[in-house]
Amino acid sequence: MSPLLELKEAAALRGRGRVLDGVSVAVRPGEVVGVLGPNGAGKTTLLRAALGLQPLCAGSASLGGADPRRLAPDVLAARAGYLPQERRVGWNLPAWRLAALGAALQPPARARELALAALERVGLPGLADRGVLDMSGGERARALLARLLAGGAPLLLVDEPTAGLDPDAQLMVLEILNAHAAAGGAVATTLHDLGLAARACHRLIVLDRGRVAASGPPREALSPEILARAFGLDGALIDTPAGPLVAARRLRERP
Amino acid sequence: MTRLLLLLGLALLAAAGLSVAFGEVALTASQYLAALSDPASPPGEILWAIRAPRTAAAAGVGAALGLAGAAMQGLLRNPLADPGVLGVSAFAGLGAALAIALGLAGIAGAVEGSALAGALVAGGAVAALAARLREPEALILFGVALSALGGALTALVFNLSPSPVATAEVLSWLLGSVENRAWGDLAWAAVPALAGAVLCAASGRGLALLTLGEETAAVSGLPMGRLRAYAVAGAALLTGAAVALAGVIGFVGLVAPHLVRRAVRDDPARVLAPAALAGAVLLVLSDLLARLIPTETELKLGVVTALFGAPLFALVAWRASRSWRA
Repeated sequence: MSPLLELKEAAALRGRGRVLDGVSVAVRPGEVVGVLGPNGAGKTTLLRAALGLQPLCAGSASLGGADPRRLAPDVLAARAGYLPQERRVGWNLPAWRLAALGAALQPPARARELALAALERVGLPGLADRGVLDMSGGERARALLARLLAGGAPLLLVDEPTAGLDPDAQLMVLEILNAHAAAGGAVATTLHDLGLAARACHRLIVLDRGRVAASGPPREALSPEILARAFGLDGALIDTPAGPLVAARRLRERP
Repeated sequence: MTRLLLLLGLALLAAAGLSVAFGEVALTASQYLAALSDPASPPGEILWAIRAPRTAAAAGVGAALGLAGAAMQGLLRNPLADPGVLGVSAFAGLGAALAIALGLAGIAGAVEGSALAGALVAGGAVAALAARLREPEALILFGVALSALGGALTALVFNLSPSPVATAEVLSWLLGSVENRAWGDLAWAAVPALAGAVLCAASGRGLALLTLGEETAAVSGLPMGRLRAYAVAGAALLTGAAVALAGVIGFVGLVAPHLVRRAVRDDPARVLAPAALAGAVLLVLSDLLARLIPTETELKLGVVTALFGAPLFALVAWRASRSWRA
């Protein structure tokens, strides 16, 4: 199946440094791909490059076969949806109205329907009329996820969707993303929780200082060698009844 | 929403009725009757040729400022933004000051045209920048610089002006007033104002998307670059038309959106029309107040709105700061 997202040898600059350096990634329908790496490794930049928000200095990005920077806004939004890590919301809109912004191209009545359905999926059906700034951080995060789902794009690019959420909500978010992939969509999500990533993603891409350090199924991508090289951790994947876990301690020096 | 607009429309009608009915000249009941039955009678002249256009000017200017303020607040995602924040008012004031200082005040429409031109120069600069700069903070800083430049250049006009009479005239004009406006003045100012209103209304969906932040809005399906330019150009046209007709009037554009914000659940698109109506009500009432407060020389409209607007502004800032802390 042809990929919904493809980066080829992508490189991007911030100041004089390369935040992405020769990164090649493809995401196909049915996949949840985890993008991992320490802070500053280029995870967010990778998602932004896929959306055309980050200009590339070398290589190429393609969304469904076309350069995202050349796509008309409505075509781009029909191919990919973006949930940034930043959860600041400008105004105290009711949750349903915030979620309806995800379906900005739909007529208002339809957008409202999609928004209410999405709020139901993220477990907030009773809070549709609550102002998003009056919500707890976790509730607001879920309202913003509903905004992403209401858009209905096949490819979801999601930045740290579980940050700051309680364990149950973290699992729920990853369940929703997996359901999206199972229904024929695809997801690329950055995550900091390695164990969660190993359990919830089909494939992991580990970035280290802008380069792909590893790419493959969780067990390969989080091998002790990669944990040491990319994360500076002495650790391993351990199997448990609920799925793999990563246990690790800090290494004094990174190899 | 419809109910809110209806209520505001009724409030505007009531305010306009009061504003046409009351003024410096107290009329008797029989004079009111005469005015209503015969517009050409002396009391009719007072009502229909002096007070009515003045009221209409106040309502139009208030609506323009309220709408421009709501558009700016949405564009900059900032509850403390107002039509002046991007330097448009300062440049409109500069345009008028220049025309007066150069002795063009005698030519019909020269001061007004020059004010509008000033607003469009500043608005054009900001619109060009808004297409490139995504972050509202950068736009606000640029606007602050433009405002300061406009203020400095106006001060320079004062400084170099050869005649104190011209200086006094500029100052009086800058304080803002809708006194002695004729229907003709309103008609030509309505052209840029309506164009601005159409642009602001068209930008509404984009303003709503900006709630999510610039980057998310940019990939959410609407042509955000164009909608942002609409908002800036629309606010510039509205502000320019308002300043050209009535001078620099502060605080209405800041306060009007806040009066209706709660009723539309903070929605940056749905706040536009009610903010315009609220601005109209506010300015009609302010103008009535300016006429009715017994002072030796009539109070300037800009002075009245600033006197009442400044404490309101402080209140808004106080409430906003509490929601930021939360």
